[in-house]
Amino acid sequence: MLLEGKTGKWEIVCGLEIHCQIISKSKIFSSASTHFGSDTNQNVSFVDAGMPGMLPTLNEECVRQAVKTGLGLRAKINKYSEFSRKNYFYADLPQGYQITQFRYPIVGEGVVTIDLDDGSTKDIRIERMHIEQDAGKSIHDMSPVKSFIDLNRAGVGLMEIVTKPDFSAPEEAGAFLKKLRSILRYLGTCDGNMNEGSMRCDVNVSVRPEGSTEYRTRCEMKNVNSVKFVMQAIENEARRHIEVYENGGTIEQETRQFDPVSGQTKVMRKKEFAHDYRYFPEPDLPPLVLSDEFINEIKQNLPELPDAKKARFMETMGLTKYDATIICENKEVAEFFEQAAKVHDGKKVANWLMGDFFAMLNRKNLTIENSPISAENLGKLVELIETNVISGKVAKDVFEIMSETGDNPEKIVEEKGLKQVTDTAAIEAIVDAVIANNPENVAAYRNGKVNLRGWFVGQVLKESKGKANPQIVNELLNKKL
Amino acid sequence: MTDITKLTLAETLNGLKNKQFSATELTKAYIESMEANRDLNAYVLETPDYALKQAENSDKHYADGTNRDLEGIPLGIKDLFCTKDIRSTACSHILDGFVPQYESTVTSHLFNDGAVCLGKLNMDEFAMGGSNETSFYGPVVNPWQRERRLVPGGSSGGSAAAVAANICVAATGTDTGGSIRQPAAFCGVTGIKPTYGRCSRYGIMAFASSLDQAGPIAKDVRDCAILLKSMAGYDAKDSTSVNKEVPDFVAALGQSVRGLKVGVPAEYRPEGLSNEIASYWDKGIEILRQAGAEIINISLPHTKYALPTYYIIAPAEASSNLARYDGLRYGLRINGDHLDNMYINSRTEGFGKEVKRRIMIGTYVLSAGYYDAYYLKAQKVRRLIQNDFINAFKQCDVILTPTSPTAAFPIGDKSMQENPINMWLNDVFTVSVSLAGLPAMSLPIGLSKDGLPLGLQLIGKVFDEETIFKAANVLEQEAKFERLK
Repeated sequence: MLLEGKTGKWEIVCGLEIHCQIISKSKIFSSASTHFGSDTNQNVSFVDAGMPGMLPTLNEECVRQAVKTGLGLRAKINKYSEFSRKNYFYADLPQGYQITQFRYPIVGEGVVTIDLDDGSTKDIRIERMHIEQDAGKSIHDMSPVKSFIDLNRAGVGLMEIVTKPDFSAPEEAGAFLKKLRSILRYLGTCDGNMNEGSMRCDVNVSVRPEGSTEYRTRCEMKNVNSVKFVMQAIENEARRHIEVYENGGTIEQETRQFDPVSGQTKVMRKKEFAHDYRYFPEPDLPPLVLSDEFINEIKQNLPELPDAKKARFMETMGLTKYDATIICENKEVAEFFEQAAKVHDGKKVANWLMGDFFAMLNRKNLTIENSPISAENLGKLVELIETNVISGKVAKDVFEIMSETGDNPEKIVEEKGLKQVTDTAAIEAIVDAVIANNPENVAAYRNGKVNLRGWFVGQVLKESKGKANPQIVNELLNKKL
Repeated sequence: MTDITKLTLAETLNGLKNKQFSATELTKAYIESMEANRDLNAYVLETPDYALKQAENSDKHYADGTNRDLEGIPLGIKDLFCTKDIRSTACSHILDGFVPQYESTVTSHLFNDGAVCLGKLNMDEFAMGGSNETSFYGPVVNPWQRERRLVPGGSSGGSAAAVAANICVAATGTDTGGSIRQPAAFCGVTGIKPTYGRCSRYGIMAFASSLDQAGPIAKDVRDCAILLKSMAGYDAKDSTSVNKEVPDFVAALGQSVRGLKVGVPAEYRPEGLSNEIASYWDKGIEILRQAGAEIINISLPHTKYALPTYYIIAPAEASSNLARYDGLRYGLRINGDHLDNMYINSRTEGFGKEVKRRIMIGTYVLSAGYYDAYYLKAQKVRRLIQNDFINAFKQCDVILTPTSPTAAFPIGDKSMQENPINMWLNDVFTVSVSLAGLPAMSLPIGLSKDGLPLGLQLIGKVFDEETIFKAANVLEQEAKFERLK
């Protein structure tokens, strides 16, 4: 995407750094729980509180999750990595340093393919991913004179994913975040909830004149906490840069804050006040050395990822690219679909899923995990239509009942007597009666008023209480009219 | 009855087992000794009530025959160890009133073996110092020639002084660059810094994580062997502790040194080394030779870089390790009108001069633009120093050197106060070993012409403390050093 300025067209250059909370029972360097929503300072061990003499011990589960994620990002897994200390003072950082990875991260270069609205795809390159500990939370709004500290989050494992500056439009960044979230959720390594802070995004933006290959000074916006805000932040920050350049000014490297209310960014920290973090190798933890067996075991148990699933659904289940993209974005939806479409027509199941089913969930404000209609039952409903047991019209009524009761559609059809009448003689009797009782319409039809045809079908279906098989009705009408 | 404080740990255990005295009687004798020796300032916290309760429990164990390896043995614990429900301050003002809710792994090993805690021992603040003069609780007086008011060495000065003055059977110490060995030498007692990774660092307030090791300071070699056996062992809570079986060090005592190759490094005999120290070193060499050992001249060519390397790496780690003392969660807090000012006020007031000096140096050497020139270079030199030892140990089994270039000096010595480098020079024979992570022991070899104890250092291969004990035992037998009575 190019932005129009006074002097010409400008290109956006943007990279993201995403902090993803690792799904694990306990913290990355202590045995305290990571449970979200506990009372303040309940999930805090002596290690997390930075008590004297306490030492970190690495949680192997977090390493496993990181390797899994690295594989999901189609990235190089570094068999040798190191932990480092990033030193700075803050009230919610009890040790006075963050244990992170600096020179030797656990995951190297990778790639994520994003899906754009026009149906095209683009590869976004991953620079690296490392693991580190989260800080606690400072609470400044409980008292006018005091701040409070909650250390529940202190020490929770994070994966920091750094992309190359490959985004040239806000939409690409948005699509990337959605794709990344989808991959992480498929892997079960991060729940990807940006509003709960389990996925947080730092945005780096610069601009350059169209066609140029230079990299100009970039500004970083910290902790932008929704996909929408990330896109807004990129666009508005890029426009700010363009305006500054076009008015003869220069952009200074600085850290800025995105204000979700105004959509604008404001300066947070100038470069000259940037921290000197004094990174050095963490002497309390030996280097992390992974064996081939460890990596291979994870590789072998890797779930099918969205892109692979999408391709398979398109190839073997007859889905269009559009349907497959939507269904595969969410792992639970894809699994639900696959279950429902096990023995039935995939395309028809997809239509029901993306139509009535999603509408029902929306209306009831439910997620797919607690849908009243099970995947098996949705599949059976499609099967009842396919095998002419019920008509599409009756199916809509059956679906409504299913969404209330959660019942098996076969049972509903049986109990309510909704089975389609396929007995030609019974339908013929109704057809004959309708023809006999409406001589004017018959005459009009035979004189060329062909659009009355639908009216006859309607009358027959009405008389049969909707149960007459429409195909047979049509055949008989063809013969008799 | 007061004589029982003069016994070694091994003798004391015998006395307890043979019911010559009870654990309670023993503990009471030591409590009396603590009170009588308060002028030494060896303890910063006495825990007599706690000790008596533990002793009572030990007596029950002796009565029903379930006595453990250190049952009823009264120990002094260096204040760097966190002891559950007992104030632990690292002798720093910044940890005023800090009472840990957890026990260090090393002290829990000792107490689980039945040891009794007499109290917390004085030390240099956060183990930074070589004379015990940086303690917030004031200096310790060396029990040798008390009237001269000499330093006991440091940082485990309280530990060495208390053992020498018979106000505990033995003590825990920690050693980062010589903090067990140098005070042991100054006070005429025996101390061993085991291989890095032999003892867990969990619950020991960190000074320099890649160097810190706990070890015993005791009245003789055998006592060190008994204590180290209890203190050592793999601990999952310390990722740098090593999962290696702890041998029975006592079994090494009394073994012959015939054929043992003893390395003598040329670099440890620099120009200007006092004749007295040199001749005691020669005496040690001679004892081992007489006992059948083979003396090998070796070279540790990077020795001269050890001191500057140490004084970059240790402060670098310390500057980060001490960041947690910010006045926020425990210890001293001096409020300020802003978070930063609270940090500044608390740390300005809470840390002493030497600690601040090292935080400043450490912060500097890790800073952007200086890291490569100082910290990274120091790490490379550290590797060269390690390689020196690896090469030397291809030729020999154990290395013998002096522990310290001098005997104990007076408290407040002007040259050291005015120039901290002079103080740091005391570590010249001990820091290489720390950088290489090797085990080393100091044991007394004799008295200077002034009547002050001098020590020799035995350096072993990685995880080969047993050879040190074997050689030390022979030296001890022949040196016939007389402890303070």
